[in-house]
Amino acid sequence: MHKVLDKSSKQMGAPTRDQVVDLIAAYAHSVDDMRLDIWPQFFTSDALYHVTTRENHEAGLPIGVVRCVGTGMMQDRVKAFYSANIFEPHTYSHIIGRSEFLEQTSDMVVSARSNFQIVRTMETGRMDLFAVGRYLDEVVIEDGQPRFRKRVVILESRNVDILIVIPL
Amino acid sequence: MSPTVQAGRNEASEFRWPPQGVTRAPYRLFTDPEIYQLEQERIFRGKTWNFLCLDIEIQNAGDYRTTTVGETPVVVTRDRDGKIHAMVNRCAHKGALVCLKKKDNVASLSCVYHAWNYELDGKLKGVAFRNGVRGQGGMPEDFDPAQHRLRPLRVESFCGMIFGTFADEIEDVETYLGPEMASFIKRNLGRPLRILGTHSQMIHNNWKLYAENLRDSYHATLLHTFYTTFKVNRLDMDGGITLSERKWHHLSFARRAKMQEAAEYAEAKVHSANYESALDGPGLLEAWEEFDDGITHSIQTVFPNMCIQFTLNSLAIRFFAPRGVDQTELFWIYLGYERDTDEQSSMRVMQSNLTGAAGLVSLEDGCINEFVQRGTRADPDQSSFIEMGGREVESERNSRATETAVRGFWHGYRHIMGF
Repeated sequence: MHKVLDKSSKQMGAPTRDQVVDLIAAYAHSVDDMRLDIWPQFFTSDALYHVTTRENHEAGLPIGVVRCVGTGMMQDRVKAFYSANIFEPHTYSHIIGRSEFLEQTSDMVVSARSNFQIVRTMETGRMDLFAVGRYLDEVVIEDGQPRFRKRVVILESRNVDILIVIPL
Repeated sequence: MSPTVQAGRNEASEFRWPPQGVTRAPYRLFTDPEIYQLEQERIFRGKTWNFLCLDIEIQNAGDYRTTTVGETPVVVTRDRDGKIHAMVNRCAHKGALVCLKKKDNVASLSCVYHAWNYELDGKLKGVAFRNGVRGQGGMPEDFDPAQHRLRPLRVESFCGMIFGTFADEIEDVETYLGPEMASFIKRNLGRPLRILGTHSQMIHNNWKLYAENLRDSYHATLLHTFYTTFKVNRLDMDGGITLSERKWHHLSFARRAKMQEAAEYAEAKVHSANYESALDGPGLLEAWEEFDDGITHSIQTVFPNMCIQFTLNSLAIRFFAPRGVDQTELFWIYLGYERDTDEQSSMRVMQSNLTGAAGLVSLEDGCINEFVQRGTRADPDQSSFIEMGGREVESERNSRATETAVRGFWHGYRHIMGF
């Protein structure tokens, strides 16, 4: 368990900006460390995780590359990763830019936009700039912890190299 | 020319298919740049109909959409009379690309280099400084704009898809598909369509490995274990393979049947059977019966490089464009119908998780063909072995444990390539 998720707390109301930034960093580092088993815990139970392209996003089209509604669907992706899907092993390294906090429209939710770049390292040693884009996040407190209620991952490019099996 | 290149050249032009016929595919076909060039000429610029785009992508007068036929850049337009045109996207002057965006709406087509301007049907309309500047320069007196237009393709629309061909003499699209293929496309696409999303995937393999992969129903439940795991689809479901008359298009279909534990899976101890689970997020597979023929899964290919998938309610066109001898861009165009209710649309949206670059069911296809490319490139004179289901190239109505459609692809390929 990552320390951001581990702290026991009875916090109510909206998360602080520090908590949001810590959540975004902890999420990226746990994926980079291949702790995919805890990936769904970064989300609220009914959260939306949606990976799409800039082109789809700007056209308002609903189908992107991944859509999970609720942590159950995220668990299925994790299970598929460990037990069903086949791919050349690889790891990510995230670089995330400074988060911009968007105007707060609710007492409970903090919204932020953060740019990211992900370098992928393959089993052969090959490294590529795999993904460039932005996270559009809505973070709330659930069960005393900051969690994503919504995480939309907008890829700059329409084109994905080979496949996506590790969450972005 | 270096001796090595010379030797390669001789080998390619003397290429002979192995005596076992279409039960073998020489690995050279996936790596030889000269064969790749011949394919551009004989297949993509030859007697084939190539998928260009959807009718709804160029709905209005002045809309254009760019694509490629083989590696040739092509632009599809709709003129002011509503007529569709397709031309090579290359200025008749110096050969620069004329249209740069994926889609746009324009009054005319204009090359940015020297401002040569074309009508929406590709006729040359204006040449900058044609009469010179202040009486100096300009085109020769006998310059004839009619001789300098964007090179046209013949186009035809079928079930909302626009096809183009460079061939002067070729049957219409429906005849090219044949009656069985055409009627199943009408079942799937024969009503107003709506695009739900698109993306593409770069796969590091020759385009024909993906063409084989789509026709390979043998691998489906062995490589793609998500379906098996969640008991969505197994070879023991009722289904079969239909080949077109010329064998190069195919339809693979499955009907929803009561799942049975096939003894062959248990005995082979295949990976597919070693993991049992229900979905934690069952919303993924919420579906409704759309057709009364009982067919719930279908993959249909159209030679050379497109496919229509209809798995549960997930309808998509896959178009795979060669980007060099060992690179292919695979486009996913997810579709619904205009008549869909919100509930139906959202089921299609959820099911899109099954396919595409991150498809729970099929993401392995992004890497498996690259594994073949990497495994074979050092030995061009060896061949793959394609005898599952026998050596015949015929439809198989009762089983999908066959490579008949792969043999069908090579049957059509040999014919058009003259190999």
